[in-house]
Amino acid sequence: MVAQNVVFWILAVAMVLAAIGVVRSQNVVHAALYLVVVMAGAAAQYILLAAEFVAWVQVIIYIGAVIILFLFGIMLTRAPMGGDGDLDNDQRWPAAVVGLFLAGVLASLLIDAFGDKEVAISGAKGAETLATGKSATIADLIFRSYVVPFEIVSILLLAALVGAVVIARRD
Amino acid sequence: MILNQFLVLAAVLFCIGVYGVLARRNGVLVLMSVELMLNAVNINLVAFSAYLHAAAGQVFALFVITIAAAEVGVGLAIVLLIYRNLHSPDLDRVEQLKG
Amino acid sequence: MLDYAWIIVAVPVLSFFLILFFGKKMPKHGSEIGITAVGASFVMSCVAAVQWIQRVEDATGKGAGEALKAFGKGIIPTATEHEAIVTPVIHTVTWWRNGFLTFTAGTSIDGLAVMMLFVVTLISLLVHIYSTAYMHDDVRYTYFYAALSLFTASMLTLVVAPNTLQLLVGWELVGLCSFMLIGHWWEEKANTNAALKAFLTTRTGDIGLMIGVIVTFFAANRTFDIQRMNTLALEGVNGHTIWLVGASCLLIGIIGKSGQFPLHTWLPDAMAGPTPVSALIHAATMVVAGVYLGARVYGVFWQGFSIADGGVNPMAAIGAITIIIGAALAFVQDDIKKVLAYSTISQLGYMVMGLGVGAWVGAVFHLFTHAFFEALLFLGAGSVSHSGSHHSFDMKKDMGGLRKFMPITFWTFMIGSLALAGVFPLAGFWSKDEILATAGQSGYEIFMVVGLVGAFLTAAYMTRCVWLTFFGEYRGHHHPHESPKAITGPLIVLAGFSIVAGLANASAFGIEKFKEYVEPHGPWFPHVVQPDFDIGLAAISFAIVVVAIGIGLFFWLDRKELRGLKGLTARSGAAKAGHGFLVNKYYLDHLYEGVVVAGIKGPIARASYWVNMHVIDGVVNSVGKGSAALGRLTYRYVDRDVVDGAVNGLARETDQAGGLLRPLQSGRLQRYALFLFASVGLIALAIAIFG
Repeated sequence: MVAQNVVFWILAVAMVLAAIGVVRSQNVVHAALYLVVVMAGAAAQYILLAAEFVAWVQVIIYIGAVIILFLFGIMLTRAPMGGDGDLDNDQRWPAAVVGLFLAGVLASLLIDAFGDKEVAISGAKGAETLATGKSATIADLIFRSYVVPFEIVSILLLAALVGAVVIARRD
Repeated sequence: MILNQFLVLAAVLFCIGVYGVLARRNGVLVLMSVELMLNAVNINLVAFSAYLHAAAGQVFALFVITIAAAEVGVGLAIVLLIYRNLHSPDLDRVEQLKG
Repeated sequence: MLDYAWIIVAVPVLSFFLILFFGKKMPKHGSEIGITAVGASFVMSCVAAVQWIQRVEDATGKGAGEALKAFGKGIIPTATEHEAIVTPVIHTVTWWRNGFLTFTAGTSIDGLAVMMLFVVTLISLLVHIYSTAYMHDDVRYTYFYAALSLFTASMLTLVVAPNTLQLLVGWELVGLCSFMLIGHWWEEKANTNAALKAFLTTRTGDIGLMIGVIVTFFAANRTFDIQRMNTLALEGVNGHTIWLVGASCLLIGIIGKSGQFPLHTWLPDAMAGPTPVSALIHAATMVVAGVYLGARVYGVFWQGFSIADGGVNPMAAIGAITIIIGAALAFVQDDIKKVLAYSTISQLGYMVMGLGVGAWVGAVFHLFTHAFFEALLFLGAGSVSHSGSHHSFDMKKDMGGLRKFMPITFWTFMIGSLALAGVFPLAGFWSKDEILATAGQSGYEIFMVVGLVGAFLTAAYMTRCVWLTFFGEYRGHHHPHESPKAITGPLIVLAGFSIVAGLANASAFGIEKFKEYVEPHGPWFPHVVQPDFDIGLAAISFAIVVVAIGIGLFFWLDRKELRGLKGLTARSGAAKAGHGFLVNKYYLDHLYEGVVVAGIKGPIARASYWVNMHVIDGVVNSVGKGSAALGRLTYRYVDRDVVDGAVNGLARETDQAGGLLRPLQSGRLQRYALFLFASVGLIALAIAIFG
């Protein structure tokens, strides 16, 4: 028990600091790299929660593709590689207020709603938790109960692909 | 592990993402903040999946990842287009809808 | 006829309109319509008189033959035989209704009305006939006859009036006709002046009359009806004072219309009118309208002036003064018509004094007899001027010795003069004597003396007048001859009446027919003193008259006893002053025209003009200016500042609000996103707290 908590807390702190780095960094590339840290941390959290399949998919897709995409985008939208100027607009403080406000509302609601409920990781419940994250279970669910959303998502991907090409086309 | 610690973590990340969406000038950075928010949501989903022993949460998280990827593609294409037209990725310049 | 008495009034009205519309085309230029109409009215009046006599006989229970039994007894019927009430025949129609008041018009026929109907229609008829010759070739012959018809109709309306309002209507109308007829020859300014003077002087009296009508209306508990008014007056309802006020105001009306002092000044000037007019209106009928009013509404005067108490009262006093001043002025006139005018004034004084001392029967009887002899005298004067002095009335210059040339005129004029002077047994003697006897026996001895003095003066000035006109040498330059039959005929008729009319109430012989049929019997008539025939008084008055005539004759016949008096006014300063005073008519005309009228014309008129220009126009102008200023203020502050300000301000504020709201739509996505997340957070919080 204690081990998982410790890991969790380390990961949590790292993720939060990295997230703040994403939104406060004055260098775009640095922001992207901080985002990598956040995503890696997320993947580690998934493993803590016995969802290995999701964790690895996170790593492959998010860190492997999405971040690369981001870096390409950064590259294509900064003619001179180098200093970025001021990356924050003029509503920083209202945004901070809103963010803090939302955080407060959400946190208090969550604590009020869920109190001290625990995720079972030991004993019979723990075995069940583990069984939830098995690939076989997930595959079974996808292709049996959620096959239609699966198909639709594939069409969505196709549409996104075509759309991105069309939008970014130079003519 | 207490469920709430995952949930509060997710909430905090979400709100940082909100800040980023509102406060960042560069379009790519805004998209990154959106990714941050989506990741927070994913953490939430998986936490509940583990708590409730329902794999559906993880299935949902998979879908979210997929869609996030598609969304980033299209989003960046749009930012590219903005950059091409305004010669700057600065979102403050995009104000043709000004009243 | 008593019930249809309105026809008597309606016929002259009809003739008025007929003459106006058709008169010019008729062969005799309208006079035939007039004569026929008035003749018909006269016949109907006679019928009414007979019916009334019958009515009285029936009511008092005496047969027609009873009166003859009293002949020769020298007894006056006792009061008890007259307790029977003889109600007048009253027919009215509602003229107009106003809330609680109903105004009626109609006829009220009693003895007094019947007598007046007879007199008015007879004299009017005679004047109509007379005028065919006198007004022959006149420039406005037809209108003259139309006016005569209108006058007759108006006088008859007045005479039959059952209430004071109709009486007032008739009164005003006869005043109008008088004005029209006096100014008949209006080409001469003097005539129009005289007409105006007559109208305005009587108008001044009419103020009193109208106030009197109003006061008596309220005194009689809100009725204009004469019979009710008299009854209530005699009962003394609402106290004595209001009746005194009403009677005094009505007396002012009488003073104006009947030529009493001090409003008598118009009557002599009214002689500017044609002589038939003078005879009809200013001798026999219109001027007696005042006396008629007094006789009609006698209860009011009886109560108001406390006539029963004797002593002195305003009515008797004014009558007495009028007798003397009228007679005095008659002495200094050279114009024969003016002599007769002053004699009319004097005789009217007798009538008013008679009413004032309680001699109702005497006054009314004198009215009756006076109508005949005064009309006779005027028509005689007209005859003299028409045929004798070539349209001149100046006795000293153009007349004299006319008895040789105009015998009929002379004898009739003589009879008229003797009747006027009061020589037994002609008409004037009886009526004057009745008044004097009542005065003496009712506690009004002083007025009896005044009446006797007046009789002396009357005889004297008439002697002068007759002498200057008919005796001596002819001083004119024309060819005098007798007048045509149309003129002399009426003279003879009137002379006949002057002789016999007195016998209708010859109390010496116990004949009291006039009183019996004319005096009202009922609670609306006071218990007047019924005088005994006083042989002593009659003898004294007759003697006075004879002496006066004698003195006059001596003077004019130039007897040596009185030669010293001739030329007195030329030699003696006092006599000259007195003469001047009389010739200037007591300077009353100077007072009225020079002081009163000029005073009003000058300063008062100017003051009124000033008030009009500055006060009234000032108010009007300032209202106008004020409105304009108000308009300007309204424009500036209300319209421009407030209304336009509101409208413009609304537009401006809307613009500014829009300006304020414009930044919300900045076109910047992140701004919208900020609002979105903030709102979501607030909603979530709200749901969390309240949900």
